[in-house]
Amino acid sequence: MSHGTPYPEDSDVLVRIRGLRTRLGGKTIFDGIDLDIPRGRITAIMGPSGTGKTTLLRHITGQTQPDAGSIRVDGREVVGMRRGELFDLRERIGYLFQNSALLTDYSVYENVAFPLRQHLRLPEAIVRNLVLTKLQAVGLRGAAELMPDELSGGMMRRVALARAIVRDPDLILYDEPFVGLDPIALNQVLKLIRTLNDTLGVTSVLVAHEFAAVSRVADVVHLIAGGKRVASGAPAELARGDSPWTRQFFGGAADGPVPFQYPARDYALDLGFPTETAK
Amino acid sequence: MKARSNSRLIDSVAQIGACGLFLLQIVGAIPKSLRHFRETLRQIWFVGAMSLVIIMTCGLFVGMVLGLQLYYVLSIFGGTAALGTVVSLSLYRELGPVVTALLFAGRAGTSVTAEIGLMRATDQLSAMEMMAVDPLAYVAAPRFLAGIVAMPLLACVFNALGIFGAHLVGVSWLGLDNGTFWSNMTNSVDVWKDVVNGLWKSAAFGGVIALIAVFQGYTTPPTSEGVAYATTRTVVFSSIVVLALDFVMTAFLM
Repeated sequence: MSHGTPYPEDSDVLVRIRGLRTRLGGKTIFDGIDLDIPRGRITAIMGPSGTGKTTLLRHITGQTQPDAGSIRVDGREVVGMRRGELFDLRERIGYLFQNSALLTDYSVYENVAFPLRQHLRLPEAIVRNLVLTKLQAVGLRGAAELMPDELSGGMMRRVALARAIVRDPDLILYDEPFVGLDPIALNQVLKLIRTLNDTLGVTSVLVAHEFAAVSRVADVVHLIAGGKRVASGAPAELARGDSPWTRQFFGGAADGPVPFQYPARDYALDLGFPTETAK
Repeated sequence: MKARSNSRLIDSVAQIGACGLFLLQIVGAIPKSLRHFRETLRQIWFVGAMSLVIIMTCGLFVGMVLGLQLYYVLSIFGGTAALGTVVSLSLYRELGPVVTALLFAGRAGTSVTAEIGLMRATDQLSAMEMMAVDPLAYVAAPRFLAGIVAMPLLACVFNALGIFGAHLVGVSWLGLDNGTFWSNMTNSVDVWKDVVNGLWKSAAFGGVIALIAVFQGYTTPPTSEGVAYATTRTVVFSSIVVLALDFVMTAFLM
């Protein structure tokens, strides 16, 4: 194992991924990935587009199954887990979808109240307090009675965030939490993620591209590319790192180990120009 | 060419099998869905009450046309007194359940398919699964139950408006005696054989249409074209299955 095992004790690791292999639509997404999510810390998963970051979150929550490998969440194997057990596990997980995935027939208030109403029989006054507290944390208490189609993309994301944390889960998975947020909202969301981690000891996993935002909040960053984990460490360490992966990813160069272009035919041939081989 | 038609046949058989398995999953999710009984009530309102206007309008016109045509035919044999009987029997036994089912597929089935298809496309079903809420129990089963409950009620309304339409034409317009119309009808219609058998059919049609609508929405590819095709398939498959099932049920219930 080229990267070793940074968190050998299972009690320190909430999610342990070993030898993960996935092929989707004939393309290899993961080619034997090993990765640990430390308990009570904020871990960011970064990597080029289409590298399987969202797929990784979907594997961790059992929404999709990998072809091979092992994913243990709090010591329980998720791969091959039965539906009932998965639902038990998910009651302790908050998940922020990339496209917010709000229930469009329900108001903002009812969206955030939805997990509470489905699983707990709480008096309405307590539901109201919990929902309004979470909405206040994301700055949208005043929008409680609006419908999702009356919100902007960034506001929807904040509502989805309030819904993901309304039951105070042990593990929160954020899929692209910073997209569409203005600088004020971004600042508040970063503070919220940090506060949840500091006060409640929540383990957070962020999938994001914005290194500046990630470096302000994440304790550990895993960089995945080409189906492998290519670098791990604290954000500052990675930014200083001199591996070709980190240099290209954080420097934004088009050339490097990660190709900018999706695999394609010869450019000149595609444009209809004669090439050496055509002659 | 032959290979393509073979693969289409295999696809169709596989779809029927998948739909059957889906039915079993929905039935299995019904006990859990009763916890969301308000959602079932909301769906009964949505597919039932919201379909009332179209069902009432169509029922009225179907009854009026029936009254007009049958009055003409019966007058050839001097049997116009039997108008109420013939109209009510054809409505209770066949036209009520079948026409209501076809309208129900067009009005409620399509909206259920499009709604669930869009929920699939916008990750709402995945979001429910991630919140440990089973979409089969929260989304599919309430709509299935709503179809079974709403269809017989809508068929009753259709029948009532149909008889009213035939009465309008036969009695108010063409001058048939009011007492003859009603008394011949009440003498020859059997509650169990005619009315209740028709309601059984309606409930079965409601279940089949709701199953097809939910299945199509649930399994649609998450694209705008996928949702459009799924909606079309709901109407086409529902209509064929309703007419075929009508023949089978009529043969058994006769």
